[in-house]
Amino acid sequence: MDDAPTAPDVIRGEASASVGRPLARVPLVLNRRNFSWITERISGVVEDRAPRWWWVCFTITAVVAMIGLFCIGYQISTGVGVWGNNIPNGWAWDITNFVFWIGIGHAGTLISAILYLLRQKWRTSINRSAEAMTLFAVMCAAIFPGIHVGRVWMAWYLAPIPNNYGIWQNFRSPLMWDVFAVSTYFTVSVLFWYTGLIPDLATLRDRATTKIKKFLFGVFAVGWRGSNRNWRHYEMAYLLLAGLSTPLVLSVHSVVSFDFASSILPTWHTTIFPPYFVAGAIFGGFAMVLTLLIPARSIFKLHDIITLQHIDKMAKIILLTGSFVTYAYSMEFFVAWYSGNAYERFAFWNRVLGPYWWYWWTGMLFCNVLSPQLFWSRWCRRNILVVYFVCMCVNAGMWFERFIIIVGGLHRDFLPSSWGLFVPTWVDIWTFVGTLGIFTSLFLLFIRFLPMIAMSEVKIVLPGADAHDPTPMGHHPVQAGGAPRT
Amino acid sequence: MRTPYGHEVYAMAAEYPSPHALYEAAKMVRDAGFKRWDVHSPFPIHGMDDAMGLGKSWLSAVVLIGGILGISTAMFIEFGSSWGLYPLIVHGKPYDWKVVPAFFPIMFELTVLFSAFAAFFAVLIMNGLPRPHHPIFNWDRFARASNDGFFLVIEARDPRFTEVEARELLERSGGQHITIVHED
Repeated sequence: MDDAPTAPDVIRGEASASVGRPLARVPLVLNRRNFSWITERISGVVEDRAPRWWWVCFTITAVVAMIGLFCIGYQISTGVGVWGNNIPNGWAWDITNFVFWIGIGHAGTLISAILYLLRQKWRTSINRSAEAMTLFAVMCAAIFPGIHVGRVWMAWYLAPIPNNYGIWQNFRSPLMWDVFAVSTYFTVSVLFWYTGLIPDLATLRDRATTKIKKFLFGVFAVGWRGSNRNWRHYEMAYLLLAGLSTPLVLSVHSVVSFDFASSILPTWHTTIFPPYFVAGAIFGGFAMVLTLLIPARSIFKLHDIITLQHIDKMAKIILLTGSFVTYAYSMEFFVAWYSGNAYERFAFWNRVLGPYWWYWWTGMLFCNVLSPQLFWSRWCRRNILVVYFVCMCVNAGMWFERFIIIVGGLHRDFLPSSWGLFVPTWVDIWTFVGTLGIFTSLFLLFIRFLPMIAMSEVKIVLPGADAHDPTPMGHHPVQAGGAPRT
Repeated sequence: MRTPYGHEVYAMAAEYPSPHALYEAAKMVRDAGFKRWDVHSPFPIHGMDDAMGLGKSWLSAVVLIGGILGISTAMFIEFGSSWGLYPLIVHGKPYDWKVVPAFFPIMFELTVLFSAFAAFFAVLIMNGLPRPHHPIFNWDRFARASNDGFFLVIEARDPRFTEVEARELLERSGGQHITIVHED
């Protein structure tokens, strides 16, 4: 505790026994919080009465969600013609929204699976809510191709079910791969998320005050009792689910990009698409994670668990993946020039100077390429307002990027007589806005009913969780740099 | 085994102040030769499997079987329908070994899907879950096992179990709140 050796001994580098001791890392949970504080603070979000702001937010988002659901119903009952899609723009906002939402989901899986395999312990503070975000984003994504097929009641044709027409699917089609990729992604994400939730549901069950709560949490906690004989299998299952989700998440957006890359349209027909799409997905997804977590962190006073260090690290990932995306954008232009293909060259001139020029200049160039460059500065990465500004830019920029890829590739095709611009109808606009409402409504419900931070996982990163250290909570009294912990 | 009041005895249990104390106690119970015992903690404790004398989980074998089942299912559905039941000529491409890579994405997806289901159901079945009630919940202190409590439980079914020996061992290993837990 306070009489433990302090860091200056180490920093001075004296030839003493303390020299061999490594410098303490900056703690992941600040203010020496203990296990029960973690339980109280995170369970408290679920157990306390819903604050007024929650009702205000939920009312607004639920109304928007209802408008979205109405538009979906109107589209299904009337037909795809209520959208502005028309030749040459057979795909427009619908597929833009699909790619936008499915991309957002990728950050959650990256945090929960890839960072787990890479032993990034800071992920524990953000993985639960990021995974929930993944599920809600994939739900929103699935709406668009689902209703774009036109006759939704025939959607079962997508599944390989024996039928009396004797018709089977074309399994060599990227659209068919997409059906399998997205549905597998959603199912595996649900399983992974629920597996992670079980110990925390047991916590809520043990704290429940009413019979109904005790019953419901009891059912979903499946009788979990924290037994080490159970943890042994549980940890193996968690590791394997992480190992399975890692190639899965990389495959999903690759398959989405195949929808485009396997066609013959200029700007679509490129081999760079799979890594370009995956990087863009993680880029946009991290922006959305921060968009949701920065307000949640302030409202629920979670500053000790989601620290500036976490925000800093996420900002670095945005910078990294933003650089991948910038590289891909540049390489597309280079290849258009270097290939010598007249159609490809025209398409890229058209992207910069054509009718959708401002989408490119603001969406791709300003929002996606330039705004994340602020994150080279540590001050910017740790300034909440700057981080929020960049995340909002990236959220918008990634939507524009998908629109530029899709409609930008379609609106001026090989035959100038068929050129035409895309004009969204009110149904296009309100279906998209409606999915924003559905997404935020689901997220608000999630933070009210389920622990938004993985309690059992955050407890592992506390110093007191180390079974090999006989002085629980007592070590590492200083942080890197020698300043006393605050 | 029954208490003087006629309750069936489930186990002798103790609480420990820290993961470290629990870890050291687990090693003592293991070395004393007990077999039917367990520790409970709000999070998995690093190294506890060794301290309890448990080996590596064999859940991975179940997941491997799930994966093999997944890829076989995908091959069966894809080749069975595209090659046999309903040969569809697309892009003028033939049906021979050269087009097999076009079937890979769905094979991959179903491998992952079946493996994930295997992992999920295996962890439940191998742990005997769902199990709504368990005798250990009869101990009121045990609610802290999902918060900040660290518990060690020696079951009465253990062939080496005697009340005196179990209590003495738990005391010697630093256990607190040592108690008998009833079966019902």
